[in-house]
Amino acid sequence: MKEVELLIIGGGPAGLCAALSAAESSAKVCIVERNKSLGGQLIKQTHMFFGSEKQYASIRGIDISGILLDKLNHYKDNVEILTETTVVGMYEDGVVTVLHKEDNYYKIKPKAVIVATGAFEKTLAFPNNDLPGIYGAGAVQTLMNVHGVKPGDRVLMVGAGNIGLIVSYQLQQAGVQVAAILDAAPKIGGYLVHASKIRRMGVPILTSHTVKEAIGKEFVEKAIVCQVDEKFQAIEGTEMEFDVDVICISVGLTPLNELLAMRGCQTKYVPQLSGFVPLRNENYETTIENVFTAGDATGVEEASSAMVEGYLSGLCAASKIGYTPGNFEERKKDYIKQLNDLRSGPVGKHILAGIEQIVI
Amino acid sequence: MFEKTGIPSEEMVRGKFPSIERINKGPVAVVECYKEIPCNPCQDACKFNAIKVGEDINNIPQLNWDNCTGCAVCLSKCPGLAIMVVDGSRSEEAILIKIPYEFLPLPKEGDLVKALDREGRYVADVRVLNVLNPKSFDRTPVVTIEADRKYLYDIRNIKVEA
Repeated sequence: MKEVELLIIGGGPAGLCAALSAAESSAKVCIVERNKSLGGQLIKQTHMFFGSEKQYASIRGIDISGILLDKLNHYKDNVEILTETTVVGMYEDGVVTVLHKEDNYYKIKPKAVIVATGAFEKTLAFPNNDLPGIYGAGAVQTLMNVHGVKPGDRVLMVGAGNIGLIVSYQLQQAGVQVAAILDAAPKIGGYLVHASKIRRMGVPILTSHTVKEAIGKEFVEKAIVCQVDEKFQAIEGTEMEFDVDVICISVGLTPLNELLAMRGCQTKYVPQLSGFVPLRNENYETTIENVFTAGDATGVEEASSAMVEGYLSGLCAASKIGYTPGNFEERKKDYIKQLNDLRSGPVGKHILAGIEQIVI
Repeated sequence: MFEKTGIPSEEMVRGKFPSIERINKGPVAVVECYKEIPCNPCQDACKFNAIKVGEDINNIPQLNWDNCTGCAVCLSKCPGLAIMVVDGSRSEEAILIKIPYEFLPLPKEGDLVKALDREGRYVADVRVLNVLNPKSFDRTPVVTIEADRKYLYDIRNIKVEA
């Protein structure tokens, strides 16, 4: 059995920042990441980030992952990175089981764990939604921005949250036409600056609309779209057709935290945080001692807050296992202030209402 | 309507513009940030203390038109690409407009391109006067176009045909 001090599950923005602040505090950190490289969603985010300087505002996500990895490299003696390694279980006795590639299955015994596993995409049920050409927005972004592959020629985007708006813009940048952006909600969910920027390229945003059906033999050839009422019921006679070869689904994310549930951490369904989330204290420690969490796994938000939550949980976890991080109180206060700043606006209100329900 | 379509009303747009007297004096930024979001890099980008967001990063940026030199640095730093610069000092007939433009092909100085409004509708053919794309702009080039003054409040985008 492999023994480690602080195990961080997930090498995305939250996990990397958690590793940084723990390693800075002299803790020995082990990051487990199921993908081939670290960075999580950052590696496909070609747009500039919002927030303020401390959360790398105005820098592109793809560059932020580079910045974080460079910083992490300063502490390389304290950081072990296991890529292509998936955590498959977390048990009552504190043992964590992992699978490297598809053949090497082994146990890790950490003193403390930070679960920063992120979130997964929701899907949408409609007839023929299994036709080739129907993608999640994350897949489209990965294809385009990581692998340089166009997903198709003409896209219908379903969902006008930040991801739907941003991916639409990036599709247009890649030379792929976006026929329209739909959202079943009566208002655009994402930042309106993103909406305006895609609208002024001539892409219509149709709120109170949804996709009724996909049509095609071997792949998507058409989408039937209709209007919906306040109860999200289709309004008959409002159908229209879009000739598209891609339907991109961007209808939100759900926190990915089954590992915490398996370990026995108390969770709660909180709609404002987009699903089941673990109860936690202000240090991001769950109901089980030495099991911490950070990022979208604790509630779906922007990557900016995921990074700050990462720093905070890494700092607190290092302190919990016996290290004395420099300026602990000051730094903790600063991270909490940054999170409050990010959540103090109209969008954040919603998040705060969710967090209220899970802080113990 | 704005929250349904992403298209600001004419009143909203005009509310973000300085007076025509100020525009005629020389280049000045127009910050089309209409809704509070947690974001303040425009404030940090401005070396002339012309943009203020303040302590709460969710505040809508306020522009001091006297301090603004229209340098366009903020155009490339705004993650929402919400800022443009207008300049009415060149002539009585024309207006110069600088916009961030993150698409290929980039236009070249002297090119004729299609100017678009906030809905992406064609407004007029306009001449490109300048394209700034220094490293410090980090892949958000700024294009200056010259247009008829009557389109001052209409033009917000361009389309470059390959």
